Amino acid sequence: MVLGGDEPTGSLVRPYAVTRGRTRPQLEIALEALVETTARGRSGQFLGGREQKVIVDLCGGRLQSLAEIAARMEVPLGVARVLVADMAADGLLAVHEPTGFDADGADESVGTELLERVLSGLRRL
Amino acid sequence: MNSPADTSRVTSAKIVIAGGFGVGKTTLVGSVSEITPLTTEAIMTSASEGVDDNNLVPDKATTTVAMDFGRITIDQDLILYLFGTPGQTRFWFMWDELVRGAIGAIVLVDTRRLADCFSVIDFFEHRKLPYLVAVNCFDGKQLHEINDIRDALQISHDVPVMYTDARNRESTKQVLIKLVEYVLSMRRTRTVGVH
Repeated sequence: MVLGGDEPTGSLVRPYAVTRGRTRPQLEIALEALVETTARGRSGQFLGGREQKVIVDLCGGRLQSLAEIAARMEVPLGVARVLVADMAADGLLAVHEPTGFDADGADESVGTELLERVLSGLRRL
Repeated sequence: MNSPADTSRVTSAKIVIAGGFGVGKTTLVGSVSEITPLTTEAIMTSASEGVDDNNLVPDKATTTVAMDFGRITIDQDLILYLFGTPGQTRFWFMWDELVRGAIGAIVLVDTRRLADCFSVIDFFEHRKLPYLVAVNCFDGKQLHEINDIRDALQISHDVPVMYTDARNRESTKQVLIKLVEYVLSMRRTRTVGVH
């Protein structure tokens, strides 16, 4: 069943094949978490498979979020999350967590400072 | 772990863009994004609720929900994402993840279909996610008074309601600025209230 569109989803029939059926990542990674290839990842010696090579190349230049990785690889978000979590556990990628702004967030002052930076960044656009 | 020191404080933030189908969410995202809006799909299986212990994907019908998103580099070490997604409550599983940690949300409305955004406004209020209402003016026509819209949506007087043209970069920029200013003002009020 496809909601919200009429496009066929043939490419999504067995999306978890590349994760060998695993749907649970080793690490919870937010949609907007930024991913960066580490020196170990760049060395290319420790890569296991085509997907890992693609991700290392994608995140070797500018930082990419988990959502961008999923979109550019044309895999569902959950699949990208499993792949990235595995690679982070192997030291091939570094994951930079987003700053959360929930009302019950950890450190209110950090959030406020960041909001002010976002605001001045938007004004400069 | 192996990241260079100069990127050790790298972080990101997000703003949610909600609204009914065809209201202009992707257009709004695209008007300010530095990348052509991308689409990512989340999949859920119809069996995922309650039957979750098995690590293999069950061979059941799947539902996909698409999100369009864009990116704004605020600074080298701070990137803002804008995530647009349909405001239907049947996509709850997606909404939870989407709003977690978000700065706030923009509810984009078409005055001809105001009811499309009722459930999403309920959801944001329930989750205490700050939001504003941006009325997309098709063809530059302002069909309704802001106060009429506010009444129809039954939202609190302090929630900002403004007109926008989702195609226009400057107009979208003003909406984003208004949202962040609103979130900051709420924080200041809260701090004053505590002390």
